[in-house]
Amino acid sequence: MSKNTLYGIFDCEQVLLASVKEIRANNIEIKEVYSPFPIHGLDKVLGLKETRMAITAFIYGCIGLSLGALMIYNIMIVDWPQNIGGKPNWTFYHNMPAFVPILFECTVLFAAHLMSITYLIRCGLFPGGESDSPDPRTTDDKFLMEIVVEGDVTAVKEILTKTGATEINEKDV
Amino acid sequence: MFTIDKKAKNFSMALMAIGLIALTYGFWTDAHRAWPSLLFNNYFFIGIAVFGVFFVALQYVAEAGWSIVLKRVPEAIMGALPVFSAIMLLIMVAAIMHFNHIYHWLHEGIMDPASEHYDRIIAGKEAYLNATFFIIRTIVYLLGWNYFAKKLRALSVLEDKQGGATIHFKGVRVSAWFMVFFAVTSAMASWDWIMSIDPHWFSTIFGWYVFAEWSAIGFTTVLLFTLYLKRQGYLQDVNENHIHDLGKWIFAFSLVWTYMWFSQFMLIWYANIPEEVTYFTARLEVENYKFLFWFSMIINFIAPIILLMSRDAKRNNGRLIFVGCIILLGHWLNSYLLVTPGTLGTHGHIGFTEIGMGLGFAGLFIYLVLNTLNKQPLETKNHPFLDESKNLHT
Repeated sequence: MSKNTLYGIFDCEQVLLASVKEIRANNIEIKEVYSPFPIHGLDKVLGLKETRMAITAFIYGCIGLSLGALMIYNIMIVDWPQNIGGKPNWTFYHNMPAFVPILFECTVLFAAHLMSITYLIRCGLFPGGESDSPDPRTTDDKFLMEIVVEGDVTAVKEILTKTGATEINEKDV
Repeated sequence: MFTIDKKAKNFSMALMAIGLIALTYGFWTDAHRAWPSLLFNNYFFIGIAVFGVFFVALQYVAEAGWSIVLKRVPEAIMGALPVFSAIMLLIMVAAIMHFNHIYHWLHEGIMDPASEHYDRIIAGKEAYLNATFFIIRTIVYLLGWNYFAKKLRALSVLEDKQGGATIHFKGVRVSAWFMVFFAVTSAMASWDWIMSIDPHWFSTIFGWYVFAEWSAIGFTTVLLFTLYLKRQGYLQDVNENHIHDLGKWIFAFSLVWTYMWFSQFMLIWYANIPEEVTYFTARLEVENYKFLFWFSMIINFIAPIILLMSRDAKRNNGRLIFVGCIILLGHWLNSYLLVTPGTLGTHGHIGFTEIGMGLGFAGLFIYLVLNTLNKQPLETKNHPFLDESKNLHT
């Protein structure tokens, strides 16, 4: 049996949302939706799993905190204890309040940067990476729904047209 | 329409009875200790009450739609404001009449160079710290807050009856004025009522610190009442999305409070200037306060950051109630530490006077809020953002 990929193009995100609901109600699996901007509620309608980005953020934050602590401990306590304002400089614990801003900043720096990088890698947005989008108009004013169909495509095409797709393209895989 | 549950009423009455016993006991045994206890408990609860006004005004000026379905809760909280204002006024009048000795700068002869009590530093602040101006300021804050509370409540009730955008925009204007008024008066009230207990010391961040504290406990109280009403079968439009948003606010303001706390602490710790550092030595080098000082800071910070960080936690009612109670306890202890070291020196400790009065105030607060909830239907009508609020997705 041949596999076909259908690209339903939509003009309006509300129509797209309704269409996604309708198509999923008919037990047709949607592979991906491309849109020029985030659509509120699309992830729920598509039934996507919840993002694990928050967990990575927490892990990156912990890494930042630990590395920051290690760094400042090495700089200020081990390597070259400095007497700044008469503050105790032989133990990490006693000088702790002075280190809090550094620990905080390191946590934020690592969490923010590593999370952005993770996001870009997961989306394939690194230098030289190729865009997944099958149609460049999805970066402008069109919304695209990608459906992989095994066998007969007419039924799926019919639903797409019925729910408001302005254009349907087909590609053999 | 909300009807007060018999159990809740009896519960609040019982708490008030304990409070009354503690009040009598406190003034009977040691009035010197009972006054600061009265002050810090009232400071804690007037903060929550005035935060109710701030919450309503904030939604107006930000044109926020999410909170409209639970709007009656902060409105009910501000219904407790008049009583706590009266108690605050009573304490302040008693202070300038020398019935209590909370404020060292009110002592006889402290501004008089000829007197043996003369204090040059305090005398230098006479233009601001004098009894007449002090009591006028207190009256202005209290009257102002109560005026705005009454006004916003009246507008909300009128909106239910009439509807229309005119009333809503009037609410926005009133709220904008309240914001300006509250920005100045909340800071000044914190200087007058709390910071001037240690008159040699001052901190420029103190107003924000107190505001952050009031916000943290205020949002917690709004959340706890909302969950209570939901459990009783009211406020069915409130779903886990609204609860999630309230949870975010609690999380955020607990961290803001910690930020303020730490900004104040670290600068003073680092600079180590005698006139500033006395404030912390009075807390950190006294056995009675040392543990509470770190303990209250840690539970106000660690509990929300660990227990409320994830999305699921902010949608879990049990978790929210647990953290909410911890935050209320932590900030109550912190309020205790704001007042007691400056008034009782090294002799303060938490006993029946403090806990009993705290419970009494809590009972009074619950009673007043439930009473106000009783007066208007819990479901608002006619608010322009009502539909948005009902269809909230977080």
